Amino acid sequence: MTDATLSNVPDRVKPSSEALLSKPTGRGPRDNAQVIRWILLFLGGVLMVMPIAYMISTSLKWPHEVYNVNLIPEEPTLDNYVYVLEDGRFYGWFVNSIIIATLTTISNLFFDSLVGYTLCKFRFPGRTLVFIAILSTLMIPTEMLVIPWYLMSQQFGWLDSYWGIMFPGLMTAFGVFLMKQFFESVPDDFLEAARIDGLNEFQIWWEVAMPLVRPALAALAIFVFLGNWTAFLWPLIVTNSVEMYTLPVGLSGFGDEADVAWELIMTGAAISTIPTLIVFLIFQRFIIRGVVMAGLKG
Amino acid sequence: MQFYRNLTLRRKQIAWAWAFLAVPVLFYTVIRFYPTGNAVLISFQDWNLLGARTWTGLDNYVRLWNDPEFWTVFVNTFQYLLIGTPVSLVLAFVIAYHLDKLRFAHSFLRMLYFLPFMTSAVAMAWVWRWFYQPVPIGLFNNLLASVGIPQVEFLNSVENALPSVLAPAIWAGLGFQVIIFMAGLRAIPQTYYEAARIDGVGWWTVLTEITIPLLRPTIVFIVVFSSIGFLRIFDHVYNMTTNNPGGPLNSTEPLVLMIYQTAFTSFDIGYAAAQTVVLFTILLMVSLLQLWILRADR
Repeated sequence: MTDATLSNVPDRVKPSSEALLSKPTGRGPRDNAQVIRWILLFLGGVLMVMPIAYMISTSLKWPHEVYNVNLIPEEPTLDNYVYVLEDGRFYGWFVNSIIIATLTTISNLFFDSLVGYTLCKFRFPGRTLVFIAILSTLMIPTEMLVIPWYLMSQQFGWLDSYWGIMFPGLMTAFGVFLMKQFFESVPDDFLEAARIDGLNEFQIWWEVAMPLVRPALAALAIFVFLGNWTAFLWPLIVTNSVEMYTLPVGLSGFGDEADVAWELIMTGAAISTIPTLIVFLIFQRFIIRGVVMAGLKG
Repeated sequence: MQFYRNLTLRRKQIAWAWAFLAVPVLFYTVIRFYPTGNAVLISFQDWNLLGARTWTGLDNYVRLWNDPEFWTVFVNTFQYLLIGTPVSLVLAFVIAYHLDKLRFAHSFLRMLYFLPFMTSAVAMAWVWRWFYQPVPIGLFNNLLASVGIPQVEFLNSVENALPSVLAPAIWAGLGFQVIIFMAGLRAIPQTYYEAARIDGVGWWTVLTEITIPLLRPTIVFIVVFSSIGFLRIFDHVYNMTTNNPGGPLNSTEPLVLMIYQTAFTSFDIGYAAAQTVVLFTILLMVSLLQLWILRADR
């Protein structure tokens, strides 16, 4: 997810993410028009899922069956998965991607909410300046920064390391802005009560305020994780050795190398897609609400 | 500790705020602002990473202006934008508008449309690349052949390659836009519709006089968000044309791919930096246009 414009959503659009989960507004009679509408939308939806379905189906096919257009494999096989995973590289890339996406997510959850909280709940000289400065980084595209980041990594020996892949994304202005918005809804009285109880400011943030914004944290986590799981340009630039590749970078090279073995390429694609699909299917309602929250409040 | 206890409450707050912000401020300075300035500086230099950096003034920009490849790339980039944004906007609105009127299996249908958003661009670029292959490999041409329609050259044709590369990018982003549109539709107060019903206004008038005007902020958000996405297109192009990046004959090459190749294939760092400054300027203008339109609304 790019963070360039998410902050520009006007206050006037305040569709609540809760409302989205309630019943749809439509209350048309169950007439023929509704049935036709349903069927057309269903067919459209099936078309939308087709590329994913074909990817998975082909990954389960034997090489000789790959060029058949049938969606259900005649003799499904896990051979392609065994082959691709035995090769070892995909396993390594998978582990790299998991580690990088997880650590980056943790860092964003911690720092973005800490900064958002500070900008929201503290009054101190320089507050507006810091806020505007951080917000203005939303306007700077990653593509403009990759060259200086590369030079920096070269100078400090960060090329081809986890740190090198991760450092640009450890904090995001989008996350700061999102969390700041949500901390607005935490009543100051709660924090004041905690202060009277003798908690220090760090404890107040961590023990009182943070639990109150869990839904926002979850939304941020989804965005950051998905963004880093699928990130391509920077990992492509900063990694040199095959062992350090992330899944997208590895898959890109593998696709070239496998040439016409499309069942293997589809298997690699499936390995890098299925985890996020499973997470989505489990937390569907929750993720869609998070997307709306992040898209509209952030 | 004695020193801290003697501070007034307000001074303690200031101390805490800056303690919380210390690491993030350092991060934004070193990882965001310094590289931005650095990119601009490098754009006035001639440098191939190994030799000396020499100041060349505006040479890189002059060279860019006179580079026919840049103008091809410039046109391509805006083609992605000018086709991608309207197509995805209209599709997303039509889907969201009708989906909003359905209750039966509503969240199931919504899931079908949203699923592609959770995929990785690299993985799906390879899936679509397979779809586009000639017979007997590619799915699309096999389907065409089975109903007796002549073959279509997708990725090998100068005319068809750009829309073919764009299609999966539109496909992947559609679900997000549908969700945002549905949230926008829910935010329109039902009373407007009830009033229209009492007045006996037709559905077309309701759509053009109530729904679309009230969705204006949502539409502006989606237009800008997707415009910026299409202007920065890279993953799809790179992975669908790895054998000849940006090909055939540069017909699919977007600005970000040109930047990547200039910087990391030719190591013409100064020239690449100038290209990133151009990209930054274009994106900035799009964002400012959005702010300007929304301000005019108020």
